[in-house]
Amino acid sequence: MAIYDTRLRRDKFYLGLCYVAVAVGLGWLAIILATLLFEGIRGISPAVFTQMTPPPGSEGGLLNAITGSLIMTFLGVALGTPLGMLAGTYMAEYGRHSKLTIFVRFINDILLSAPSIVIGLFVYEVMVVRMGHFSALAGAVSLAVIVVPVVVRTTEDMLLLVPDPLREAASALGLPRAIVIGKVAYRAARAGLITGVLLAIARISGETAPLLFTALNNQFFSTNLNAPMSSLPAVIFQFALSPYKEWQQLAWTGALLITLAVLAISIAARVLQMGRPGK
Amino acid sequence: MTVTFLRTSLAAAAISLAAGLPAGAVDISGAGATFPYPIYAKWADTYKKETGNGLNYQSIGSGGGIKQIKAKTVTFGASDMPLKPEELREAGLVQFPTVTGGDVPVVNLEGFKPGELVLDGPVLAKIFLGEIKSWDDPAIKKLNPKAKLPSQAVVVVHRSDGSGTTFIWTDYLSKVSPDWKSKVGANTAVEWPAGIGAKGNEGVANNVLQTKGAIGYVEYAYAKQNKMTFADVINKDGKRVAPNAQGFRAAAANADWANAPGFYQILTDEPGAKSWPIAGATFILMHATPKDPAAASEALRFFSWAYEKGGKQAEELDYVPLPDAVVALIKKTWAAEIKGADGKPLLN
Amino acid sequence: MCRAGLAGMAPTTESDRENAVANPMAIDNAGPGSAEARLAKALVGFKLRDNAFHSLTLAAAWMVLILLGGVIAALVVGSVPAVMAFGLNFLSTAMWNPVTEQFGAMAPVYGTIVTSLIGMAIAVPSALGIAIFLTELCPYALRRPIGIAIELLAGIPSIIYGIWGLFVLAPFLQEHVLPGLIAAFANVPVLSGLFAGPPYGIGVLTAGIILAIMVLPIVSSISRDVFETVPAVLKEAAYGVGCTTWEVVRSVVIPYTRVGLIGGVMLGLGRALGETMAVTFVIGNAHKISPSLLSPGTTISATIANEFTEAVGDLYTSALIELGLILFVITFFILAISRYLLMRLNQREGQ
Repeated sequence: MAIYDTRLRRDKFYLGLCYVAVAVGLGWLAIILATLLFEGIRGISPAVFTQMTPPPGSEGGLLNAITGSLIMTFLGVALGTPLGMLAGTYMAEYGRHSKLTIFVRFINDILLSAPSIVIGLFVYEVMVVRMGHFSALAGAVSLAVIVVPVVVRTTEDMLLLVPDPLREAASALGLPRAIVIGKVAYRAARAGLITGVLLAIARISGETAPLLFTALNNQFFSTNLNAPMSSLPAVIFQFALSPYKEWQQLAWTGALLITLAVLAISIAARVLQMGRPGK
Repeated sequence: MTVTFLRTSLAAAAISLAAGLPAGAVDISGAGATFPYPIYAKWADTYKKETGNGLNYQSIGSGGGIKQIKAKTVTFGASDMPLKPEELREAGLVQFPTVTGGDVPVVNLEGFKPGELVLDGPVLAKIFLGEIKSWDDPAIKKLNPKAKLPSQAVVVVHRSDGSGTTFIWTDYLSKVSPDWKSKVGANTAVEWPAGIGAKGNEGVANNVLQTKGAIGYVEYAYAKQNKMTFADVINKDGKRVAPNAQGFRAAAANADWANAPGFYQILTDEPGAKSWPIAGATFILMHATPKDPAAASEALRFFSWAYEKGGKQAEELDYVPLPDAVVALIKKTWAAEIKGADGKPLLN
Repeated sequence: MCRAGLAGMAPTTESDRENAVANPMAIDNAGPGSAEARLAKALVGFKLRDNAFHSLTLAAAWMVLILLGGVIAALVVGSVPAVMAFGLNFLSTAMWNPVTEQFGAMAPVYGTIVTSLIGMAIAVPSALGIAIFLTELCPYALRRPIGIAIELLAGIPSIIYGIWGLFVLAPFLQEHVLPGLIAAFANVPVLSGLFAGPPYGIGVLTAGIILAIMVLPIVSSISRDVFETVPAVLKEAAYGVGCTTWEVVRSVVIPYTRVGLIGGVMLGLGRALGETMAVTFVIGNAHKISPSLLSPGTTISATIANEFTEAVGDLYTSALIELGLILFVITFFILAISRYLLMRLNQREGQ
């Protein structure tokens, strides 16, 4: 019985460690979210959404940063999604068994997890230096480069989930391949494709590093794509590293806004995914 | 569903873009030193209210300012380290000062009010070399016999980016400590023997406020705006001076602007009973033949306005505006050197 | 359009139908305006559209390859001045002096590797613990919510972790944890060097802790997915001979999923190596290699983020880009290995 007791004790010990791991792991994350909520909510007021970023020591808001983020995110998704979807379509439909697909899938997964600061360097070299100045367009392009791998991956995965008999039935009716893909496969995978786009949006909403070298920052309201544009992450970076209390408060509030947006989009993506029958 | 959603979002985006387009205002872009950022930001805010033209100034450090203006990605660059006349000629730049200010040592020590602690050049050099490691070191005790110094570890905070503020600070340390001069030297970015690096004057201020036992150096406006504990310093004449506009002005009085090509003046360790030893002017760099003459003229108009009307705001933050004679010299330089493509001066 | 195509195909009269069925080749010889002619035109249109779409998607797939190639090319081209100036010494010098233009990558590379290792050392056991909990110990009702919560947390932007680290974790460590740590190890022969120095609060250890918190959700959700692929039969057999839960996990689940676990860990490592914003706030930005974990350091991405916009001179900029290239190469290898391992796991599952 001695061995049995030892085994039981060991079992309880290690499983106890597992409980501790869960408590500590989830505890950290709970603390971070609680701090974020607490500090960020203190600064929430209509001013945050109606006034521009202030000079040091004055009150203000985040309107130009929010607008800048919205514009560049929208553009980034608009530029990156078509490319990503088309590539994913090729990989799932036309090139399902080709060597190119295996290669592209591998490369795509690398790009998916590549450090975003490297992407920022790339767009700086290719666009900012050529154009001679920082611009929101360069910022949007760097975001698009981050969007493409996400959309490629989810498009391919979702299209592969569409059962082949559906496609075969449509072909049997004499429809050309392009229409089979467009009307049958896309429609069946629609929820999944939208989920992919939503995940891409969630991913780029919080990206800071690529924007630092491309869109820089702007303390005034600007919608000029050819000039530096403010964005929430860049503003948070600048304000959090400063000693001014008003700026630090705006940084927390901005961080809370980004987190809420990302969580909302992720939850929406999940709800879409769960709503599909047969998943 | 998807199509309608896309259509409505496209329409919304288009409308918001159209609504947001400003009506004909010119935006000037500048980048560089964090040293004058508080006053440039205030000026930009007031200027926009008065004329509708915005000045987008990114405080990324003097090193950044020099790089961006050389790369022609901004209308003007700002640097506290003046470029030498040969460098100006080589890069085709024109340099002129805007205000004078001063670097102050700031500390995070419990129980000390601003100006209570006093330090001198050699002690500061030893601290930043990492040779003085604790606040109750005899060298500091000698200068502050009556103060209750804790036996806390000294945490040095310096700049991690290329900084004119660093240039002024290290220039001073090089002048008062031969050890510092041989081991580290003076420049916008040096190999710091000890301490943590922070980005911008803002980052140093933030880190000093957050870390107990820290000592750092910031431009005085940052110490004042954030109610930081600064230390008095013993100047070249052996007198204890507090950092303020008076001290900076006394140091600046020694400057000989008229005979300095490119307005190259360094104001550290200046003689004078009231001189603050770590003072410096901050400079603007613009191209002699700018790529965008309209933006450049607008920038010159902004600085003109700042010289005329911005003095009071500068003084509120303890920056010292330039004397009228110097402003006249600067305007003559503009007329002589900053020209449009047709060879005519941009601002008369 | 589809309906129009179909309509164009449908024979309109009885004789046409018979014709179309009996003599398919009549399409080619049909006169203009007849059903066959319309059909022919529609089919040609289909073929064109098909080819166009095929080419479009093929081009898009190639674009993805070109994109990665472009990134590598831009980095290599940008690093050429630095490579030519420093050669291999770049990797073995710690000196980083923008004034004399002497640059060495050792301090950033050291910092990157050490912070990531600390992060993984803390995160991997915790992630395994969480995964074991979710697959073996958790009540069924809670499994889905906790799993979803962890995945949602993986999506929080890294800048949030950065500001939390700067404003909450670093002061807490500086005041309550670090002095005790320094005192505790002060007399231990080897470890005192590891935990020496003034308590800055920010530094390599703090950055490692933040990375651990960031990487935890990723590694734990992959581990959980991987644990769920173990066939129930194997586990039940082990329970059947009387194994305790821990013995089942240790002797059946983990060996079975070993490959996938390593893949997941490497994925987390790749993320930790490239992390910028979370680390920049708390690393201390000192271009130095110190033996102490409590001293400030720098990582490749923090160096680039802090110094790129103001690097004066081609050599400085080029040195920073070469740093970026080194980072990209390191993460490329780690990610490639992890993808390969995860692919092998999928193959074993017959996916």
